[in-house]
Amino acid sequence: MNVRLEGLTKHFPSRNKKSKEVVVAVDDFSFEIPDGKLVGLLGPSGCGKSTMLNMISGLEKPTSGRVFFGDDDVTDVPPELRGVGLVFQNYALYPHMTALQNILFPLENLKGAKKLSKDEMLKRANEAARLVQITELMERKPSALSGGQQQRVAIARALVKMPKILLLDEPLSNLDARLRLQTREELRRIQRETGITTVFVTHDQEEAMSISDMIVVMKKGVLNQIGRPQDVYDDPVNLFVAKFLGNPPINVFEGSVRGGKLFIGDEDVMDAEGVSDAPVSVGIRPEGFVPKEGGRFTCDLVGVEVMGRDTSVICNHPAFDGANIRAIVSAENRIDTEKETVSFDLKPNKVFLFDKETGRRIRPGEENR
Amino acid sequence: MKKNGLKAWLYLLPSLIFLGFFMVYPLVDVLIYSLEEGYNSASQTFTGVGLYNYAYVLRDPYFMQAVKNTFILVMITVPVSTGLALLISLGLSSIGKLRELYQTIYFLPYVTNTLAVGLVFMILFKKTPYTDGMVNLLIGLFGGRSVDFIEGPYWAKMFVLSFYTVWIVLPFKILILTSALASVKKDYYSAARIDGASGFKIFTRITVPMISPMIFYLIITGFIGAFKAYSDSVALFGTNLNAAGMNTIVGYIYDMLYGDSGGYPSYASAAALILFAIVFTITVINLLISRKKVNA
Repeated sequence: MNVRLEGLTKHFPSRNKKSKEVVVAVDDFSFEIPDGKLVGLLGPSGCGKSTMLNMISGLEKPTSGRVFFGDDDVTDVPPELRGVGLVFQNYALYPHMTALQNILFPLENLKGAKKLSKDEMLKRANEAARLVQITELMERKPSALSGGQQQRVAIARALVKMPKILLLDEPLSNLDARLRLQTREELRRIQRETGITTVFVTHDQEEAMSISDMIVVMKKGVLNQIGRPQDVYDDPVNLFVAKFLGNPPINVFEGSVRGGKLFIGDEDVMDAEGVSDAPVSVGIRPEGFVPKEGGRFTCDLVGVEVMGRDTSVICNHPAFDGANIRAIVSAENRIDTEKETVSFDLKPNKVFLFDKETGRRIRPGEENR
Repeated sequence: MKKNGLKAWLYLLPSLIFLGFFMVYPLVDVLIYSLEEGYNSASQTFTGVGLYNYAYVLRDPYFMQAVKNTFILVMITVPVSTGLALLISLGLSSIGKLRELYQTIYFLPYVTNTLAVGLVFMILFKKTPYTDGMVNLLIGLFGGRSVDFIEGPYWAKMFVLSFYTVWIVLPFKILILTSALASVKKDYYSAARIDGASGFKIFTRITVPMISPMIFYLIITGFIGAFKAYSDSVALFGTNLNAAGMNTIVGYIYDMLYGDSGGYPSYASAAALILFAIVFTITVINLLISRKKVNA
């Protein structure tokens, strides 16, 4: 089932009762999630991701805009009738019920034609348990389960009623680092096996990039970019998206374009044909640096971290807006650590120009607005 | 280790002394009194030792009436007050506006003196030469026959007493249950809604189990409190409870000690120990059930 959001907006009353101002959690959000895809909703904390998810699930009512499941407008349909499965950030397993009872609970609530017999319910619950691999834990109460196991139970509970859409709110944030890696593969596998359209919320770009078919990057309730993870990474629409994706993060410099050349400081580092003269923010991905004797871009060398497979070159530049520039170069390049400076050539497809005021991406040939 | 043990006892000493003086000593004393036949507190003499006092108390029709009254009171008021308190706290936690106002109103009986409340109930229920009382006026309005709730038939008096007791104990229970309800995380309700549970089902399968420790706490303390009822009966029916037929076990104990027919500490002690045995048994049963049912 595909999910379509049209102009979805959510306002919350201000916490300060006296002020009439409203907090805009989600602002005019429109996009479509194709059937059977795994979509990562990505943004920094407090950007309205969870509100978004709650509006899809029906727990929150949008201030304006519509939610469609397939061709059905479900904006006014209560959550219990939407047929969605939701996994909460803290799992919200009922503490007084065993894992099995937790998984059975959604089935017990089915009414009318969908009503199941006791045997069918058990069969379905066991199938769900097998899918998430918790068949031996069914008689345990949540307090006797580890975080990862609780999360599996929560996923089984969400899946058991065969939802049209599965929603996960920060599904991995309560797990330790190792379990997180393991569980995200698991999530991917479960999603593939069931083929259920899945939306998950995360603030961790690596998590979103690694398993999603599609990522939706949002900031302060506004949709910034949507697309396949690699496409978004390779072609960010603005400085925020460029900074948010990628680890180590993108290096941002103050620069300017003069006469078809890109300058960082006084150095002419790259050709920038078709871009009109203006001060710009320059984003360079860590892998965009190619060390070269006599390269066009020279930085002060701070240090080198050898990883084996590749090497991190840490350097500094007066026009850089952070602490240290980090360039990831192939281990075959030998960097002379005795020298004070290091020179690079830049890979044009790893260098992005952004409007200094608005942060919008400037592309060659486009009129710089 | 041994040194530490000594230290621990030293720290415990102050409370042990207090407990010993005010709990253990009186308890033992009561037990001794209850076994001394014909004990006279003025001359400190007694005629024999045995279970005579228990036999006397258990054969005393006033005591049996008091036991019956107490049991009826307990069986009516504990479930009714706990159930009502649950409904009211549910209501309180689901309304938005004027919540504080309602909370205050429901809490008023708690800070009102028992005897003052008794006076109000008199106005509501008592028949005098001038008026039949407010409740009877209402009954008359709907075409019913007026009933003397204070000096009339047994069931009418029992009704007033139960009504009164429920009203007195409600605020505390509401207070406890409202805070218990507030402590249930909202996520559980959201999850249950996503799981398609109806409002009633959420209540029985999620809300009640989640607050069950508090409900059981209220039931246990409710039982204990109701078994010890006395002042409520006095506030409504005066001090001569035996004549009114509305005595309670604690009332009987008091009468045996200080009442017009009093001066029998041995009988009072025996009755007190019987009450203790009853309360103890019921509490143990309660705890056994709760251990099975309550999800702590």
